[in-house]
Amino acid sequence: QFTRDTLKGHSRPESSSRSAFLDQRDTLWMRRLLCSDEMVAEFSQMLDWSDSALRSFAWHPHTDKFAVALLDDSIRIYKSNSSATPTLKHRCQRSVCALQWKPLCGSALAVACQSCLLIWHVDPTSLSTRPSSGCAQVLSHPGHSPITSIAWSPTGSLLVSASPVDTGMMVWDVAAESAVPLQRVGGGGVTYLSWSPDGSRLLAATPSALFRVWETRMWTCERWPCLKGSCQSACWSPDGGCLLLSMQGERVIYALTFSDLTGMNNNTYGPPFLFSLSLSVGGEVCSLSWDPRGERLAVLLKGDSQAVNHPSVIAVFKTRSSPVFELLPCGFVMGEAGAEPRFMQFHPHFQHGALLTVCWSDGRISHVPFYFSSAGLLGGDSPQQALASNTADHSSNKLYTEQIS
Amino acid sequence: MFSLKQNSWFIRKVVIWRAVASIAWSVLLLPVTTAVFVLLSRFSLFHPIQWISDCTSLLAASSTIFSLVVLCGVVLITGFFNLEFYTLVPSIPCSRMALLGTVLHPRQCVHSLVYCTMGMLVMWCASVTIGGRYSTLGTTCRQSESGEVVTCLNEYHLFILLAGAFMGYSHSFLGVVQNMYYVSFQPIQQYKYPRFKGCLPMVVKCSVIQALYSARNFAAFYFFFGYAPKTWISSTLNLQIDSSLQPLDSLTGLLDLSLLYHLSISGTFLYLTWYLTVLLFRIYVTEAYSFPVQSTFTEDAEQSLPKVLAEKNTLVMKFLALQDLALLSQHSLSRRLEVFSLSQPGGHAHNWNAISRECLSLLSELTQRLVAHQDAVASNGRVKSQSASSDTRSASSSSSVVSGTEDIAETPRLSVPLRTPGSVFKSSVGGANSALTAPFTPDVDSPFSSPAIRRLVGQQDPQSPCFGTVQSPHIMRRGPKPWSASTESQSSGSPPASPATVPSPPAASQKPSFLAQWLQNRREQVKSFLAKRVLIMYLFNKLPEASSQALFADSQAHIWALQGLSHLVAASFSEDQFGVVQTTLPNILSCLVVLLEAVDRHFKLPHASSKPVRTICSMGDSTYKTLRFLLRAVLKTTIYKITTTFGEHLNAVNISTEHRKRLQQFLEFKD
Repeated sequence: QFTRDTLKGHSRPESSSRSAFLDQRDTLWMRRLLCSDEMVAEFSQMLDWSDSALRSFAWHPHTDKFAVALLDDSIRIYKSNSSATPTLKHRCQRSVCALQWKPLCGSALAVACQSCLLIWHVDPTSLSTRPSSGCAQVLSHPGHSPITSIAWSPTGSLLVSASPVDTGMMVWDVAAESAVPLQRVGGGGVTYLSWSPDGSRLLAATPSALFRVWETRMWTCERWPCLKGSCQSACWSPDGGCLLLSMQGERVIYALTFSDLTGMNNNTYGPPFLFSLSLSVGGEVCSLSWDPRGERLAVLLKGDSQAVNHPSVIAVFKTRSSPVFELLPCGFVMGEAGAEPRFMQFHPHFQHGALLTVCWSDGRISHVPFYFSSAGLLGGDSPQQALASNTADHSSNKLYTEQIS
Repeated sequence: MFSLKQNSWFIRKVVIWRAVASIAWSVLLLPVTTAVFVLLSRFSLFHPIQWISDCTSLLAASSTIFSLVVLCGVVLITGFFNLEFYTLVPSIPCSRMALLGTVLHPRQCVHSLVYCTMGMLVMWCASVTIGGRYSTLGTTCRQSESGEVVTCLNEYHLFILLAGAFMGYSHSFLGVVQNMYYVSFQPIQQYKYPRFKGCLPMVVKCSVIQALYSARNFAAFYFFFGYAPKTWISSTLNLQIDSSLQPLDSLTGLLDLSLLYHLSISGTFLYLTWYLTVLLFRIYVTEAYSFPVQSTFTEDAEQSLPKVLAEKNTLVMKFLALQDLALLSQHSLSRRLEVFSLSQPGGHAHNWNAISRECLSLLSELTQRLVAHQDAVASNGRVKSQSASSDTRSASSSSSVVSGTEDIAETPRLSVPLRTPGSVFKSSVGGANSALTAPFTPDVDSPFSSPAIRRLVGQQDPQSPCFGTVQSPHIMRRGPKPWSASTESQSSGSPPASPATVPSPPAASQKPSFLAQWLQNRREQVKSFLAKRVLIMYLFNKLPEASSQALFADSQAHIWALQGLSHLVAASFSEDQFGVVQTTLPNILSCLVVLLEAVDRHFKLPHASSKPVRTICSMGDSTYKTLRFLLRAVLKTTIYKITTTFGEHLNAVNISTEHRKRLQQFLEFKD
């Protein structure tokens, strides 16, 4: 289990390794002239991707280990009860934009790179710190790069990859290294993918004001033209019945509910409802994360770079989906002075509540546990020494929910 | 095969109609492709209006209508060949000799001949449509000396026609080499129209590339050998050769850009017609079919899923039933509940029992096949047992070491099948020669193998060169030409008791022992002599990883069985009200673990884990080359799915200690 000591053990190597990468920034500036890098930076879930020491982060869905992609294009894997941290490097591993572990598998890690898709097979029992590049499968398809988003099906059988320049998304049969392109005109590419936890639906966002929800049985899709802006981030409720979305440039969270929660009949489902929740505080919503029990929702609000007192901030809400969908403000997660949150993800199977992992702008990774009983009673945020949970603040923040249709 | 097809309700009611629908769509697409072809063939950049009006008038012309009728005939024949030749288990030749045997097989020769004819027909239509200098075989010309008007041979027309025959043959040839008739199933389900739309760019690209290759090859071919058909045609039809024109079998004649352009687009048109037919057939045949889990009426009993799964005779039905099982286990709660339900009077879990038994027998058959193969190649090709003897050659690097051991093994039974020339490409699946079937074919007569397997093995007749035993040069030399026999058994393909293998040359079978001794010595000499010849070794050496591919050739069935089992078992954790799955859980787990061990050991063999080179663009489906990787991945996922669902409850399941240890690794995600 994660105690504070092990947590700090995780976060320290990051900050020390970061200083080593600082001097590489000049060359990276050169590389940024390439337009594909800018594209990756724009559509990456990591805020300020091009500037960040941490490029991407992913928890393993079943065990206590995570992978971190760093600025120097290497990936490190940290485990809870082992000091060995394998470092993955590959010739093709450039501009890592997304990482995801294969569900129902101990070893496979999918990496979305600039030119291709890499599948690493990292033997969990081996003690080697530098797995050879022979452990990686390279999947590429002409015209399908840079890849900015990947999603494994919850059964681990399929991998979907998306590129902002390719109107089709690729459904990979990884072991066979074959892909089925799913083409849909309109939207001009696919930027973000998210598979519902029950595996029945897949969200595909495009760079324009349009997103699609695919059902994964016969692979047909529904078009959802947005009101304005493209879909920035999304997350599914644990039962797959509710989808929260944030749009670019908006301070609103949209909710889509799908009415076939029972699963009795997969073929019919009614028109989803649309909620809008607007926050009067914070900036544009740029990332959403829902804990696996469906009790806490973390929202990363982008700060204003011009204003001094407007850093990025993470707001945490209590959620309840029955009898009606509800969001209650819970608190804020803040880092050390000067550090801004860049990325967050909930631990997929934390026993005692929810564990939010945050990547900060100073290269730290910290884990914020929330202890609560399952009834939704707040046990209290237990802030780490580096973090201050600003709970006193939220009384002044107005929050209301509003049902649009 | 045809007689079997008559018997199966599924072929009669489903497959035939699917084939008919696919052919109908191909015919409906013909006017579209023809119109595009006409537009491209008459293309003129500087007179666009005249170009369009020319094309529209041409499309309405009677010659075009007649061409369309001919093309319809071509499509019908192609569709018929698709239906007759398609296979769900690819044929994998294990040596170049076996490949040669398949290419020169009579059935294949007929196929090539028909495709040559069809290619000429299509090209004739194309040349008539293009018109101009291509339209007829004879043209009027003025003889240089006398100045009188005579009929001359139009070499352009001949060139295009021969190109059609050439492309037809290369299509037929590549069909064998690339397994064109192998029908693979997609990893995801799609409706037919989106799938067709998704595949269309790939098919167009393939046909363009293939046409360009063929045009290049044919130009080279005509440059060297074009003189022969030209003089032959002109002498038989009494046509003059126009000496004022540049002959086409010269460099300057071939460097005619307009000719090459027309050749390429007619070639593209030809390939596109065929490829579209193949594509539509594949899409229709692989469409999922939903079998009822429980039949309401007794006359429909044979159509219910458990019955269909146990069916041995119709491979396509078995595959579709397994696919349906995998799909229902993932997507349909109501049908899962039917699987878990009990029979109304009696309360037996007939559905689940039948389904799980069939899946488990499939998997254990694969395990046995793998174990037998490992035994055969263990200790670097040394003979382990009598039955393993014949395949040792495959694994051994030096043939001299093997030749000694092998001869000892062979001597006691100079039996018929060894001499059977047909067995070069026909698996000796029969009662008489089961000892000689290669060790990694499942032992057909063994009591363990389920009847379903026998059917599967029987279906694998084309891939027999790997399994088939006769690989040694000396046997090849002694027999008559290897492709002279077993025509009927190939075309009819009836798996049990392949009759053609038995009556073939019996002369060698009854020989006195001293003669056998003498023969053996001679044979050894011949063999060592032949082993030194590079060409012979080139032809008879095993292709790397071919045996591995052949072992897993039908693994799509196993993959679906695994997926179906894993999802059903995982779903049973919450949905199985009567606990019917619990009783079979120990069986399932141990079967999976044993299979995993066998697969893991197989991947330690040389060449087993090497990845095949990916072909960029061809209509031939090469997914069978990676089926073993897919099977391994699916197997692990299956076990993970079960262990994560059941968690600590697995400790209560009654399985052996080693298996429990292995499962513990999965519980800790250490595998």
